[in-house]
Amino acid sequence: MPAPLFEYLLRIGDDRLVLGHRNSEWCGHGPILEEDIALANISLDLIGQAQLLLNLAGQLEGQGRDADTLAYWRDDVQFRNLQMAELPKGDFAFTMMRQFLFSAWANLQLEGPIQGNHEDLKGIAAKAHKENRYHLRHASEWVIRMGDGTEESHRRAQAALDELWPWTGEMFQQDDVDRAVAEQGAVVVAADLEPRWRAAVTDLLGRARLTIPTAPMRMTGGRKGRHTEYLGRMLAEMQIVARSHPGATW
Amino acid sequence: MATTDTSASEWPLWEVFTQPPGGKPHEHAGSVHAPDAEIALQNARDVYTRRGEAVSIWVVPSVLISASAPGDAGPWFDPGNDKPYRHPQFYKTPRGVKVF
Repeated sequence: MPAPLFEYLLRIGDDRLVLGHRNSEWCGHGPILEEDIALANISLDLIGQAQLLLNLAGQLEGQGRDADTLAYWRDDVQFRNLQMAELPKGDFAFTMMRQFLFSAWANLQLEGPIQGNHEDLKGIAAKAHKENRYHLRHASEWVIRMGDGTEESHRRAQAALDELWPWTGEMFQQDDVDRAVAEQGAVVVAADLEPRWRAAVTDLLGRARLTIPTAPMRMTGGRKGRHTEYLGRMLAEMQIVARSHPGATW
Repeated sequence: MATTDTSASEWPLWEVFTQPPGGKPHEHAGSVHAPDAEIALQNARDVYTRRGEAVSIWVVPSVLISASAPGDAGPWFDPGNDKPYRHPQFYKTPRGVKVF
């Protein structure tokens, strides 16, 4: 069994790699030029965080794998991201709602490694937290404007929330990996993560005049390598150049 | 929240001013489209400040800027050209002044 911290780094690294790739699919397709650039910026931040986290994971593993190897040479069952991150980008409301729900979670979740005792991870988490605060602000403002906007924007924002909400349960599941990294002190796991997240998103969704669905949470398994049909296809596109030309450089 | 009219097909234009690091004054950087001030600030941040260019941003609706007309350029600005005494460049910089 791989070391718990390696596994933990894959999880939070893959979240950002996969979500960053999904957001990057907007590049050249944004609703307006400025938002196209904003989404590309968020993607670059997330992929940059993934690179730092996966490089650290590779170092800890000690088998010569770096971020590129981990990103391009694993198959879907070896990815550890939240299933929510791999869903197709949908419309702009779906992308922004997902970013909002994820960023609101990451804003609190990153406090764990920031308060932990692993110096390299602390540094990466602190940088990611700073970038994440902007992502949260950007996505929040759009959720408010779409939810409290026109009839169509409200309908789309509500539909995005209805679709995404049942996927959020996975963010708060704890298992042996979480307990082990908490025990070794690398991550301080807060018991009140879920209520704090729920309070924050409830407040903002209320301001956006959106209704939180009552649907039950979905079955999950992203942290164990069980994914939706969408991840494999996304990885095929993401990995094909690296796999067609192994070791190629610019 | 304060909004500008968005009924037109395009969002209103905002002029962006960014302040470089080191206490320099805000300078005109360009313009962005945005439905309101908060989004204008965010768009300006994303378009003009991603390479460490700025420590502060101002945005202002372009329609609120009053500008001199191109036709005024002659009467307004030419008279300065033949009055060299308006340019204090005949003075030597005192030795004690390091930065000028």
